Amino acid sequence: MGYKGIHIESLKKRYGSGDTAVEALKNVDMQVAPGEVVGLIGPSGSGKSTLLKSLGAVIEPTAGRMILGDEVIYDDGWKVKDLRALRRDKIGFVFQAPYLIPFLDVTDNVALLPMLAGVSNSEARKRAVKLLKALDVEHRAKAMPSQLSGGEQQRVAIARGLINRPPVILADEPTAPLDSERALAVIRILNDMARQYETAIIIVTHDEKIIPTFKRIYHIRDGVTYEEVGEGRNFT
Amino acid sequence: MISLAGRDIMHAWGKFVFTGVGLGLLIGVTLSMAGIYRGMVDDAKALLDNSGADLWVVQQDTLGPYAESSSIYDDTWRSLRGMPGVASAANVTYLTMQVRQGERDVRTMVTGVTPGAAGTSGWPPYLVAGRQITRGHYEAVADIASGFKLGDTLQIRRNYYTVVGLTRRMVSSSGDPMVFIPLKDAQEAQFLKDNDAIHQQRRRTAENPAFNRPQVPGLLDAVIASQSINPYVNAVLVQIESGHNSEVVAESIRRWKRLTVYTRNQMEEILVGKLIATSARQIAMFLVILSIVSSAIVAFIIYTLTLGKIREIAVLKLIGTKNRTIIALIMQQSVALGLIGFVVGKITATLLMAPIFPKYVLLEPLDSVIGFGAVVVICILSSIIAIRAALKVDPAEAIGG
Repeated sequence: MGYKGIHIESLKKRYGSGDTAVEALKNVDMQVAPGEVVGLIGPSGSGKSTLLKSLGAVIEPTAGRMILGDEVIYDDGWKVKDLRALRRDKIGFVFQAPYLIPFLDVTDNVALLPMLAGVSNSEARKRAVKLLKALDVEHRAKAMPSQLSGGEQQRVAIARGLINRPPVILADEPTAPLDSERALAVIRILNDMARQYETAIIIVTHDEKIIPTFKRIYHIRDGVTYEEVGEGRNFT
Repeated sequence: MISLAGRDIMHAWGKFVFTGVGLGLLIGVTLSMAGIYRGMVDDAKALLDNSGADLWVVQQDTLGPYAESSSIYDDTWRSLRGMPGVASAANVTYLTMQVRQGERDVRTMVTGVTPGAAGTSGWPPYLVAGRQITRGHYEAVADIASGFKLGDTLQIRRNYYTVVGLTRRMVSSSGDPMVFIPLKDAQEAQFLKDNDAIHQQRRRTAENPAFNRPQVPGLLDAVIASQSINPYVNAVLVQIESGHNSEVVAESIRRWKRLTVYTRNQMEEILVGKLIATSARQIAMFLVILSIVSSAIVAFIIYTLTLGKIREIAVLKLIGTKNRTIIALIMQQSVALGLIGFVVGKITATLLMAPIFPKYVLLEPLDSVIGFGAVVVICILSSIIAIRAALKVDPAEAIGG
């Protein structure tokens, strides 16, 4: 097969049937290599969210093929039985708002995923602290989410997305609530992490500040993706 | 795996504790209601145990002397005493009335007991202060729950009695404390009219030509004398000689004396099954209502708490949390709320309600165990609505769009 990262071929998604059917995704092709960060840009109603939900194994596409890492997960039908386990082990999520679990401290918010996968509490926490250190929020390890700044919360959310070393991370407007400086810092972190952990990262964004940082951008319009070479501007 | 429910509770412990305290007060009332029923049954059994009788001989075809009025001649005991298997027979009267002491009056069951000694049927079996009645008139032994003290003067009808002894747990089946007085005084108290009424009765009798015949001197005096005494008691308490079967002796009395006789088991059945049956049904109804209200409250609280966590639940589902983990989160919180409520309820019932409640509240350990089980079951059932809501949450809600 030879693919790594994420590979999508002719992905389609139709809502409803008959005259009222809506083709949200008409023909989506996308490849993101391990360690690569790409942008996904499109106006409202273009199919961004549908694509993200399909990639995230939250909704089932109508047709097409999706390969995650070296595993075919969709080929005109799910090839994986346990989609929850797929999301837990193979896909990392970073949201517009961090959506940290408010009753868990920073370490346990990050360690929760490996714990859900059956890793022992001590081992999961060890991995979480290591990742928090890499993201420079180790000093907040025992804090509750409500005690963190917006930038710190987003870094913790990134750590949560990375903790299980997924081959792909889906980031839905991760810089929207941040100012320019913090937004660029988050993108820098995501690029560093992508390289360090060999993870393919897809960032859905409208944020003009960060679009110039992508080397490759996928535009989506009326359910069809178009690839564009980005500026790949330096963060400094 | 960490306990998500435990962490959520610790994070918002104030909310949980205050909600648990509120629920606990409701559970406390529920446990107290069960305790009141147990207390009523125990009062009824104490009444029978303390009477010291094996058989209750009462007026034919009545459920006397506790559940219905009963009236038999006060010399019946003599013929009963002579029957095979009867060790002793003692008259007794019961009259529920307000007894005055100074400015206050207390609802009591005034019990007339035959002269004798401690151990005689009908007498209080033990005292906590003072002595038993030793005189034929105007002495009383009172249950401590009446609030009377040694040396107090009680007014029963027109006569005054001195409290010479205090006893404990001598109450009627409805929980009224008992006051023991000599039988003759009790018979008079049941029968004695006021002076005006006596004067009226004598005048009417004297004006009746059937009783006031010049040819029969002494008839009027005899009739008036018969109207001035009460030859009745409510029951005769019989003790059986050892080695005799109470059923056999009871049957013999029924056959030869044409009176109704109840054994200990039959009398308990009358008291528990008939006399307090209506109260028991009312309490059972209250228990059902309180259980439903508790369930509704727990269900509402857990549902509200779950709705407040919809976004977190969506995130948990998106990142791969199994349904059973989410179900455990909600169910454990519900049970934890019930546990807090039960502890608060048990403390409330034991330390607050039972001591101040005007009736005897008997909190049985078994009732607490059953109550605990019921609380856990109610909490689990009450969490179903919230669990259904949580399981319906679409993980896509975390992504938005």
